[in-house]
Amino acid sequence: MTATTAPTTAAHGDGHAHGGGHHTSLGLDNRKVAIWTFIGSECMLFASLISTYLIYKGKSPEGPFPHDVWTSPTTGEVFKPILNIPVTSASTFVLLMSSLAMVLALAAVQNRDLPKHTAWERILGSSKIWLWATCLLGIAFLGCQAYEFTSFVHEGLTMRTNLFGSSFFTLTGFHGAHVTAGVLWLFTLLAIDYKRGLKPSDALLVDICALYWHFVDVVWIAIFTLIYLIK
Amino acid sequence: MADHSAAAGHAHDEAHHPTWTTYWKIAVILTVITAVEVSAYYIPAWEASWVYVPSMLIMSAVKFWIVVMYYMHLKYDHKLFRSLFGGPLLVAGLTLVGLLFLFSKLALRLGLLS
Repeated sequence: MTATTAPTTAAHGDGHAHGGGHHTSLGLDNRKVAIWTFIGSECMLFASLISTYLIYKGKSPEGPFPHDVWTSPTTGEVFKPILNIPVTSASTFVLLMSSLAMVLALAAVQNRDLPKHTAWERILGSSKIWLWATCLLGIAFLGCQAYEFTSFVHEGLTMRTNLFGSSFFTLTGFHGAHVTAGVLWLFTLLAIDYKRGLKPSDALLVDICALYWHFVDVVWIAIFTLIYLIK
Repeated sequence: MADHSAAAGHAHDEAHHPTWTTYWKIAVILTVITAVEVSAYYIPAWEASWVYVPSMLIMSAVKFWIVVMYYMHLKYDHKLFRSLFGGPLLVAGLTLVGLLFLFSKLALRLGLLS
């Protein structure tokens, strides 16, 4: 494996503007400034949702509860702790690997013009492979979330059941919506790649999508610890 | 002139851009930390001890920092981007802690209220 370092300036939003971008007075591409500003605002959105979840945590008079067994006083039905840690751990791993695939897709676009001698270098240099991998891993994460939500509903937890249900579905649902938007964005990059091929001059297009995707990943890192692992 | 010096400084940063090998190593580190987190959840002695919550928060913060610095390239990027991300992240963190104090959650946990 060749440890190549040949990033283009286009991927960093400075130097020359590509694909219709404009420079700021600092010489930075306005699209990259915009995505970082957007990500900053998204930090505050998710902080408010996580705060809401944590404030309401343990304040539901009725279950089901995330980590504790609950017996319904009216029906006598026993509800197990509802969070499924093994499934969520697997989906966390899937999302982390999707971030690896995304960063490899960006590196493949940046290094497209470099010669590839071995089969491994050709695999590493294929943006299509890594964009597809990111898409499929994102879809797998959404599949895990759909499974989790469906099983919760079958076990008696909906948005209207209690405070835990309302805050949990709102927080994880917003995150899932962001992952869905990211997958759709990745499909548009794949469409460009199949139509005319992503060149090093297009690296900024991929970089902006990658920043969004990694942000969705770091939000899940926080959610996984605060909501799932800390009782 | 300012544009040129900024671009030159940035070009210097790019010389230290992570390699493919680095990306794979980072993925292994992230996986190991996640495995340790999940294992801790299933170890009763660890889960019941006072170090559980701090250790989980630290491990989560380390994963967060690694992804932001290396996968999002913030370590190598223009400092304006660090401000655009770090500023709102600081506000978000302070808001979260402030709200938890306001609703007594954190104050109770830290033993500041009876």
